[in-house]
Amino acid sequence: MIQLAWLIPVLPLAAAFFIALFGHRTTGKGDRVGIGAMSIAFLLSVGVLLDTMGGARWAQHLTWAIHGDLVLNLGFQVDPLAAVMLVVVTVVSLMVHIFSVGYMHGDVRYKRYYAVLSLFTASMLGLVISDNLLFLFVFWELMGLCSYLLIGHYFEERANVHAANKAFLTTRVGDVGMFVGIMLLFAAGGTFRFDELAARIADGSFALPVLAVAAILLFIGPVGKSAQFPLHVWLPDAMAGPTPASALIHAATMVAAGVYLVARGYALFAPVPQALEVVAWVGAFTALFAATIALVMEDIKKVLAYSTISQLGFMVAALGVGAYTAAVFHLMTHAFFKALLFLASGSVIHAVHTQNMHQMGGLFKKLPVTGWVWLIGAGALIGIPPLSGFWSKEEILLDAWHHHPAIFWTLVAAAALTAFYTTRATYLTFFGTPRDKHAYDHAHEGGRVMTYPLMILGVLAAVSGFVASPLAGFVYFGEPHHASFDPFVFGVATAVWVLGVGLALAIYKYNLVSRRAIIQVFYPIWVVLKRRYYIDDVYQYVFVRGMIGLALVSAWFDRHVIDLIVNAVGWIGRKVSEYVDEFDRGVVDGIVNGIGGAFVVGSRVLRQVQTGFVQSYMLVLFLGLLAGLAILVIGG
Amino acid sequence: MTTIPLTYPLTLGAILFGLGLYGALTQRNAIRILMCVELMLNAVNINLVAFAATLREAAAAGQIFALFVMTVAAAEVALALAIILILARRESHIDIERVHLLRW
Repeated sequence: MIQLAWLIPVLPLAAAFFIALFGHRTTGKGDRVGIGAMSIAFLLSVGVLLDTMGGARWAQHLTWAIHGDLVLNLGFQVDPLAAVMLVVVTVVSLMVHIFSVGYMHGDVRYKRYYAVLSLFTASMLGLVISDNLLFLFVFWELMGLCSYLLIGHYFEERANVHAANKAFLTTRVGDVGMFVGIMLLFAAGGTFRFDELAARIADGSFALPVLAVAAILLFIGPVGKSAQFPLHVWLPDAMAGPTPASALIHAATMVAAGVYLVARGYALFAPVPQALEVVAWVGAFTALFAATIALVMEDIKKVLAYSTISQLGFMVAALGVGAYTAAVFHLMTHAFFKALLFLASGSVIHAVHTQNMHQMGGLFKKLPVTGWVWLIGAGALIGIPPLSGFWSKEEILLDAWHHHPAIFWTLVAAAALTAFYTTRATYLTFFGTPRDKHAYDHAHEGGRVMTYPLMILGVLAAVSGFVASPLAGFVYFGEPHHASFDPFVFGVATAVWVLGVGLALAIYKYNLVSRRAIIQVFYPIWVVLKRRYYIDDVYQYVFVRGMIGLALVSAWFDRHVIDLIVNAVGWIGRKVSEYVDEFDRGVVDGIVNGIGGAFVVGSRVLRQVQTGFVQSYMLVLFLGLLAGLAILVIGG
Repeated sequence: MTTIPLTYPLTLGAILFGLGLYGALTQRNAIRILMCVELMLNAVNINLVAFAATLREAAAAGQIFALFVMTVAAAEVALALAIILILARRESHIDIERVHLLRW
C-alpha cells in the first residue's frame, strides 16, 4: 500500500480538475466526485499509516531538471510524520466535504467550491509527502491560492474581497522570507532535499551563522501561514469564507502546514539554539496574545479564529522548546477538535443565520447533536481529561517545564485564558436564555449529512488523545523520548482550567459579577482587546496608507516629471520626423518613382518588337541563323 | 556500281528547304504554312539520309535520326492541325495575319 502513497494527493487533484471541467454535468454538481476521491485517499492513507507502523518507509524520485552538475529531483517520501499527517488531513477533509453538502446546499458557486476544496486538499497532501523544499514551496503557494479563492467565495461583499486579499498578501510577506531562506539553504547546501540537507548539517558542511539565518528566514514562512504574531492578522478576517472551508483551512490543515514545515525541517533548527529560542518565543507570545483577544470577540467564528492562532502558538512554542512529538501530537488532536468546533459553529450559523453570540443562547435544546459535539470539542480545547486536547497540551507543558520555565508560565497563562473564552463562547451560544426569539424558534439541526460528520469528528476529538504513547515511539526527532508524568505540571494545568471555567461560569451563568462592571473597571484594556491591540489599525496606517501615500507621490512624480521628459522627447522626435518626411517625399520618392517611370517608358518602346506574328518571329530566327553561319564561315 | 554524287541530294535538299522557308514566311493560310514546315523537315531528312549513305561509319545514326524526325513531324502535324481546327471554329477563318493572340 505504501508504494501507492503518491496517489493520495493525485486523486483529489484529478477530482478538482474533473469537477472544474465537468462538475455541472454530474449529479450533485461534483460533490460526489470530490467525496469519492477523498474517501479513496483516506483509505489509502490508513493503509500507508499501517504499513509505516509496520516499519515500512518509502521514497521515490523523478529527475525534474538538470542544469550542469545540478540535478533537481521531484520526489515524495513517506515517514511516520508524513503518514500521520496524511491520515489527519484526509479525515478532516473528508468530513468537511460531506458536511459541505448540507451547509453549501443551493449555493450559486457550489461547483467552484468543491473544485477548490479538492484542489486545496491535494495541495496539502502534496506538501505533506514532498521530500524537498522546492516542491513543498510549490504546494505551499497552491494552498495560498486556494485559501484566497475560498475566503473570497462570497465575493459579492466587498469586505470578503478585502479579507481574501489580506490573507493572500499577508501570507505572501511570510513566503518571501521563506523563499529567501530556501534559496540560502540551496546556495549553501546545493540541494533542496530534507534528507540531504540533514546529512550536510550532520557532517558540518554548513557554517552555523548561515544555518541560523536560513532557519530564521525559513521560519518567517510558517509565521505567515500558521498566523503567528506579527503576521496573524489575516486569519480572523479569513472567517469571511464558508464555515466548512474555515474548518478545513483555518483550523485543521493549511495553518498546520506552517507547523508541519518546522517539524519537517527540524534538522535545520535543532543545531541552532538561537533559532529555537526565536521559534519558542514567537509561539508562546502568540499563544497568550491571541487568547487575550479571543476573550472579547462577539463573533463565534472570530473566537475560534483567535483560539486557532493561540493553539498554533502552542505548537510552535512546543517545537521551539524541543517538544517535537508533543507538537505533532497537538497538531493532530487540534486538527480534530478544532475542525469539529468549526463545523459545529457552521451548524449553529446554518440554524440561526447569525455569527454574533449575543444573538444566540439556549440553543442546546434546539441543536442537541451540535451541542454535545461542541461540548466535546470545547472540553478538548480547554484540556479537560480525558479528552484529546488534555493529553497533547499536557505533553507540551511537560516539555516546556523541563526545558524552558519562562515559556511554560506563558503557556499556562494562555491555557487559563483558553478555558475562559471557550466556556464563555459555549455558554453564550448553547445555554442561558435565548436572546433572539425569532432565530431561536427557527433553529433546527441540518440533517444527517451535517450531523454524521460532526459525530465522527466528535469521537475522534474525544479519543485521539489515547494514542500518546504509541505516537511518542513513532514520530520523533533524534531519540524518542516521553516526558514522564509530573504531578506539579498536572496540578498547575488543572488549576488554571478550573479557574478559567469557573470564572467564566461565575460571570456568564451565575452573574456573580456583572459584565458591565468588569468592562467599566478594565475599560482601557477592554478597548485595546476589542480593537485587537490596534495591530490591524497600525498595519492599515503604516503599510496600506503608507503604500497609498507612496503611490500618490509616485503618481505626482510620474505625471509632472516623467511625463514632461517623455513629452519633450516625443516633441523632438516629431519635429525630426517632419523633416525626414519632406526628404522622403522629395528625394527618396523621386528616385523611386524615376526608376519606375524609366521602366514604363522603356518597356513601351521595347514592346513594339513583339508583333504577335509568328512569321515575323520566324524571319528574325532565320536571319539570326544566317548571321551566325556567316560569322562561322568568315571567322572560321 | 555508280554512286550518285553527294552534291545532288544536298542540292535537292537545299532547294526544298528554300521553298519551304519561303512558303512558311510568306503564306497567310495556316495549312499552307504547315505544309511548308513539313517540306523543310523533309529537306533535312534528305540531307541526313544522303550523309548516312556517303559516310558509311555513321550510316545507322543518320537513318535512325531521319526516322525520329518523321515521328516528331507526325506528332507535330497532329498537334498543329488540332490548333488550326480550334482556330477555324473560333474565328471561322485560318488567316494568321488576322490572328494575334500572342500579341501584348
